[in-house]
Amino acid sequence: MSAVAHAPQDGPHHGPQDGHAPDQSKRDFLKLVAASSAAIGVGALAWPLVDSMNPSSDVLALSSVEFDLAPVPVGQAVTVVWRGKPIFVRHRSAEEIKTAEGVKLADLSDPASDDSRVKAGEAQWLVVVGICTHLGCVPLGNKPTDNRGDFGGWFCPCHGSQYDVSGRVRHGPAPANLPVPPYAFMSPSRIKIG
Amino acid sequence: MAGLHKSEFSNPVINWVDTRLPIFTMMQKEYGVFPTPKNFNYFWNFGALAMINLVVMIATGIFLAMNYTANVAMAFDSVERITRDVNYGWLLRNVHANGASMFFIIVYIHMFRGMYYGSYKKPRELLWMIGVVILLLMMATAFMGYVLPWGQMSYWGATVITNLFSAIPVVGESIVILLWGGFSVDNATLNRFFSLHYLMPFLITGVVFLHVAALHITGSNNPLGIDVKSEKDTLPFHPYYTIKDAVGMCVYLLVFAVLVFFAPDYLGHADNYIPANPLVTPAHIVPEWYFLPFYAILRSVPSKLGGVILMFGSIAILFVLPWLDTSPVRSAKFRPIYRQLMYVFVIVCVVLGMAGGKPAEGIWVVIGRVCTAYYFLHFLVILPILGKLERPLPLPESISNPVLTRMGGGPLPGGAYAKPMEKQ
Repeated sequence: MSAVAHAPQDGPHHGPQDGHAPDQSKRDFLKLVAASSAAIGVGALAWPLVDSMNPSSDVLALSSVEFDLAPVPVGQAVTVVWRGKPIFVRHRSAEEIKTAEGVKLADLSDPASDDSRVKAGEAQWLVVVGICTHLGCVPLGNKPTDNRGDFGGWFCPCHGSQYDVSGRVRHGPAPANLPVPPYAFMSPSRIKIG
Repeated sequence: MAGLHKSEFSNPVINWVDTRLPIFTMMQKEYGVFPTPKNFNYFWNFGALAMINLVVMIATGIFLAMNYTANVAMAFDSVERITRDVNYGWLLRNVHANGASMFFIIVYIHMFRGMYYGSYKKPRELLWMIGVVILLLMMATAFMGYVLPWGQMSYWGATVITNLFSAIPVVGESIVILLWGGFSVDNATLNRFFSLHYLMPFLITGVVFLHVAALHITGSNNPLGIDVKSEKDTLPFHPYYTIKDAVGMCVYLLVFAVLVFFAPDYLGHADNYIPANPLVTPAHIVPEWYFLPFYAILRSVPSKLGGVILMFGSIAILFVLPWLDTSPVRSAKFRPIYRQLMYVFVIVCVVLGMAGGKPAEGIWVVIGRVCTAYYFLHFLVILPILGKLERPLPLPESISNPVLTRMGGGPLPGGAYAKPMEKQ
């Protein structure tokens, strides 16, 4: 700022009648308005740059996949890719469902009942996002030869988290259950994820 | 000399930083209180505008590069995807593509300004030469950027421009193969052009820094072309010229916005929306508008090597302009003949651009040749001789004391010259 900006102290002014105070506040107001307009302008220019990093239309267009359940035998699980992430689809046996439903909520670190994690009447199908809630590894347990951990679900090789047949965390550093993605049954043997 | 800087900033955080690294003091000195001639006209906006344009190009370019694929099989589609699918991709692409045109408009006006007001003369010769280096870097960057969308014009532009080097005797062919990384413009060429296109703006930024540093040693020239004599002749850069530059910036953004939003493809070529085809050359191949005058010079010589030499010579000659112009008077305002010839020179450059855009046949060949001859005549004959023969008008005593009468009326009565200066 040059000295000119602070001149009002000396000499009479041709501004408002009551001395330099209103003139000074008018100047402050003008500065504030100018600075805020500039800030809004820069923000408006910056937004397209930032938003271009968000998912593009072609990426969003791929946000649902359909999957045929018929080939999955009881006791086995398969991995479906949805939005670049692995989705575990597991065909659970009646015994596994019974075990999952029998667990007391008090024993769980992230309490959730088994029926809150499946669709009503379709309890044999468990659909969860196959990404450990600890630090993002893909847990083992889909292949029959995999280590499924002590609870018969999934075992994460990175830091030893264990999930049960309902995809709930039972042991290890993971803070939450494997999330259930949005999905719906299109027919008894076909689901649409996303 | 080692030692802490004695900072005058009262804010304790700024003071702490400034004591150890006096960037705040430097900014205050170079852009705050920097004494600037008080008689600038709006032609002195174009340096700041070029700086803004460079920032716009780098910002949009970085985000475009996040979505661009430098592969011959995917480049064209990735650019179309940017336009159609990426959020605001159409805006980024149009701002970047038209930003190149805006950049050249600004820089050409900036250069004509320098020529008209003799800004290249002592002591600003090096400042001018650094500017010519920036122009060369800009041309290389713009050319390689135009190749990236991998349309027909991209491909054939790359082929023609790289083939210029084949005119060099003996080693020409080897150089072209080296540039291509193969035996034609292909994937290797596209990849290296992308790499260099990303690199060169940062080189430009570095050279712009030198340009500004040199400017702040010599100080700015001004429309009268005379040296600053006292503090009375200057104003602090802020707020006087920050505000004046801001006014120019609004006009610049307005023109830019009209191009981007209403005519984004006006300055481009429809053929570049056809994916590159190495087997078919478009019927009428021309470079982007900002290269047309040089293209006209290239075509006006009926010899491959001769055309290439003249084209590069037309820019190289700018390096020695400070020594070709022998007149000690800077501003065309006080050089009646140079002033007229400067207008002729600008018109010749524009006509060269027009000739470069037309098919090389009929009258346009003749026009191109005449203008090419005049272009070199201006630098090599007119400027050296005119400086010796021309009788310049009397120069004002100082910026605050301008001569008002054209034909050297001598000192004027007291109040007579104060009035018009208030308007400046």
